[in-house]
Amino acid sequence: MDSTVTKTQLENGMTVLLKEMHHAPVATFMVWYRVGSRNEVPGRTGVSHWVEHMMFKGTPSFPGTAMERMISREGGFWNAFTWLDYTAYYETMPSDRINLALELEADRMVNTLMEREEVEAERTVILSERAMYENQPNFLLGEELTSAAFRVHPYHHEVIGDTADLHSMTRDDLYQHYRLHYHPTNAIAVAVGDFDTADMLARLTSLYGPIQPGEPTKPIVRVEPEQPGERRVTVNGPGDTAYLTFAYRVPGAAHEDYPALSLLNAAFAGGSSLGMFGGGGSNRSSRLYKALVATELAAGAYGSLTPTIDPFLYSISAVARAGRTLAEVEAALEAELARLAAEPITEAELAKALKRARAQFIMAGESISGQAQLIGAAEAITGDYRWFETVLERLAQVKLEDIERVRAQYLQPHNRTVGWYQPMDDQPADVFSDDESAE
Amino acid sequence: MTSSSYPGPESIRRHVLDNGITVLIYENPYSGTISLQGVVRAGAVAETRENAGLANFAADMLLRGTHKRSFDEIFEALESVGAGVSFGGGRHTSGFSSHSLVEDFDLVLDVIIESLCRPTFPEEQIERLRGQLITGLQMRANNTRQMSWLAFSEAAYGEHPYGRSVSGYLDSVAGMGRREIVDFYDRHYGPQDMIIGVAGALPADMMLKKIETVFGSWRNEHQQLSQLSPDVERPTGLTRRHVSMPDKHQADIVLGLPGPRRSAPDYLDASLMNTILGVFGMMGRIGQTVREEQGLAYYASSRLEGGLGPGPWTASAGVAPDKVDQAIESIRHEIRKMMTDLVADEELADSQAYRTGSMPMSLETNNGLVDIITDIELYALGLDYLQRYSQMIQSITPERIRSAAGKYLSADDLVIAVSGPVEAL
Repeated sequence: MDSTVTKTQLENGMTVLLKEMHHAPVATFMVWYRVGSRNEVPGRTGVSHWVEHMMFKGTPSFPGTAMERMISREGGFWNAFTWLDYTAYYETMPSDRINLALELEADRMVNTLMEREEVEAERTVILSERAMYENQPNFLLGEELTSAAFRVHPYHHEVIGDTADLHSMTRDDLYQHYRLHYHPTNAIAVAVGDFDTADMLARLTSLYGPIQPGEPTKPIVRVEPEQPGERRVTVNGPGDTAYLTFAYRVPGAAHEDYPALSLLNAAFAGGSSLGMFGGGGSNRSSRLYKALVATELAAGAYGSLTPTIDPFLYSISAVARAGRTLAEVEAALEAELARLAAEPITEAELAKALKRARAQFIMAGESISGQAQLIGAAEAITGDYRWFETVLERLAQVKLEDIERVRAQYLQPHNRTVGWYQPMDDQPADVFSDDESAE
Repeated sequence: MTSSSYPGPESIRRHVLDNGITVLIYENPYSGTISLQGVVRAGAVAETRENAGLANFAADMLLRGTHKRSFDEIFEALESVGAGVSFGGGRHTSGFSSHSLVEDFDLVLDVIIESLCRPTFPEEQIERLRGQLITGLQMRANNTRQMSWLAFSEAAYGEHPYGRSVSGYLDSVAGMGRREIVDFYDRHYGPQDMIIGVAGALPADMMLKKIETVFGSWRNEHQQLSQLSPDVERPTGLTRRHVSMPDKHQADIVLGLPGPRRSAPDYLDASLMNTILGVFGMMGRIGQTVREEQGLAYYASSRLEGGLGPGPWTASAGVAPDKVDQAIESIRHEIRKMMTDLVADEELADSQAYRTGSMPMSLETNNGLVDIITDIELYALGLDYLQRYSQMIQSITPERIRSAAGKYLSADDLVIAVSGPVEAL
């Protein structure tokens, strides 16, 4: 990695994070808005994601199709993603063309049109996106589970939004969301790649400096109360395969317990040691795998910890092996969690998780766009990009007692929601399917 | 990185070992990792409907026990250092890939050579894997996209090897015995015509020496190379298959026909034609009409497979059940236009610029580099392929695009598969 990050704040409040990397003539530019599905209210769930789609429809200077062509014909890729805590836009381009990305993002921060007929055309696209998710058992279970786990906090609903809201929201709802949250004060600009920092900062200042500041997105006041006991949801749906998830309420990414939780997930389930996005690779030497998969109860088992602003969920999931029941899988997982309490994570297991962290950190940073995503996510979630840069130091300070303490505190039945996806009984067992991939 | 600084004859080290393995090495000092890829000429092409999934099953068994390490020891070793190693079986070839820190490269090589040359196929691991594969087949049977792909492949290719599932079927996987798996391995795994690609942060000489030391003594006197799959008849007329999955929320469409091999002289013409039709920007012309203009689908795009065999050209989309016909007709309309009208110079220039301009992005990481240098050897593209690439793309004319469309597309001789909440057909 060529340099560290330079952080600057423009006078209008926009945060700018720049990092030079010169191994390839490529640069990534991102704009992160500190708004996501956690800022949505019933009736307008899914508005952040829908606005993200509308941001590709154009401004008076750059109609949507023109933006698309301008980026692509320079060999660039662009896209966007909406998550619980943020909405982010990115372009990865040959570095001598990255100015185009800077200009497009500055323009659409302010001038996106959202024509009524385009909002209507996009409504069916988004309903189709939701239907695509609804075809998948994992989504159906995840949606029910999360809404059961959060009765009050807006993490309750999925990023895509509820179908009822996707039918009833209007162009004005979308435009109001855009005006309220899309301005420099609420934005983080990230550039990583083959450029000169002083030059990049000057270009960003001249393009974004003149844009009017706005009010930061309001803090969330609907705090989720303490969970008084285990919750359970069952989803019945098509197919022959059953799925199980234990989802424990855990603190957000900036909390002091988060590094210990990351290492607990790595040591117990073989999940990512970094506690960031992306998995930890194979997990076949983990306790979880040995308890559920090697015993031939499950076809796969995974642990997943997601970095968020507010307390969210640590999930342990398993796919029941053909011929096995969810009750059997659940009993085995319960027994393995009891064993974890009786036989806590060892020094050797911790050392392994830390070595994995180092490998994962270097691999995650290999690509310019990967760096930009991690730096931006760190800033958007914790308010400090160094959360990514210093993760290895933070993990190195975790002691075995810390891991056992967070296990005892969070991995308790009263703190979890258990989800079952149970196939409907009347499904024919018709197995003739395959996704043929290329060579 | 301009065209002349792309990996080429000066920077890709190519060396053929005595036992027939071709090694390609690219030294990339900018990252602390090494990526490795290996291709063995053992594929599903020789399977029948009765033993479909055999190559895939055999490849999946290789990391499940060797003369030196058990399944548990293999993964304890790899996961203790955060290294990723995987094996997989495909249509014509099987192989492995790995990604690790430089300091763990020797360990990774040791695990790979053990798994590749001295696997033991433990009986209990076969049964464990079988259950996982069967569960996977059940999951696919509940997946509308994958069901459409299978229905399309069966209808488009019939008895041709591409008409069978590489992952197999419930009955074929359930019946596969250890003897059959070991026989497949003994007959097809060997160093002849094998390719190994490496990209990483060690001196090229050192990487070559390590590869040679580890792989150089591998022999298999009985190795049979998987043959290339034969040519296939194009379908005539419209063939339509529906897989009814009544509890699903939307339908997935896959339509298309067998396409050119990667070795076809006009492959790049066909590939650039496909970029215009279903890739460029927001999924090309198909995305423009199906998603942007009509709002029918979240995804609607096209793809040209172009491997060692006559893999398909396909377009696919996910739509509401009552919009299936509208989406299909829109895609057929775009196919016809592609076949009859010359593409405008500007539209062609856009796609050409996209294809050449995006090259540096795919060469940024060791995984990206190793993918490309391995393909260069597998498809005999020449070590200077990347340096010639831009010129080859730029020289394609509107006439050549139309000619490729005329040769490889059809709006009337087409296989259409739909799965989801639709009537069976």
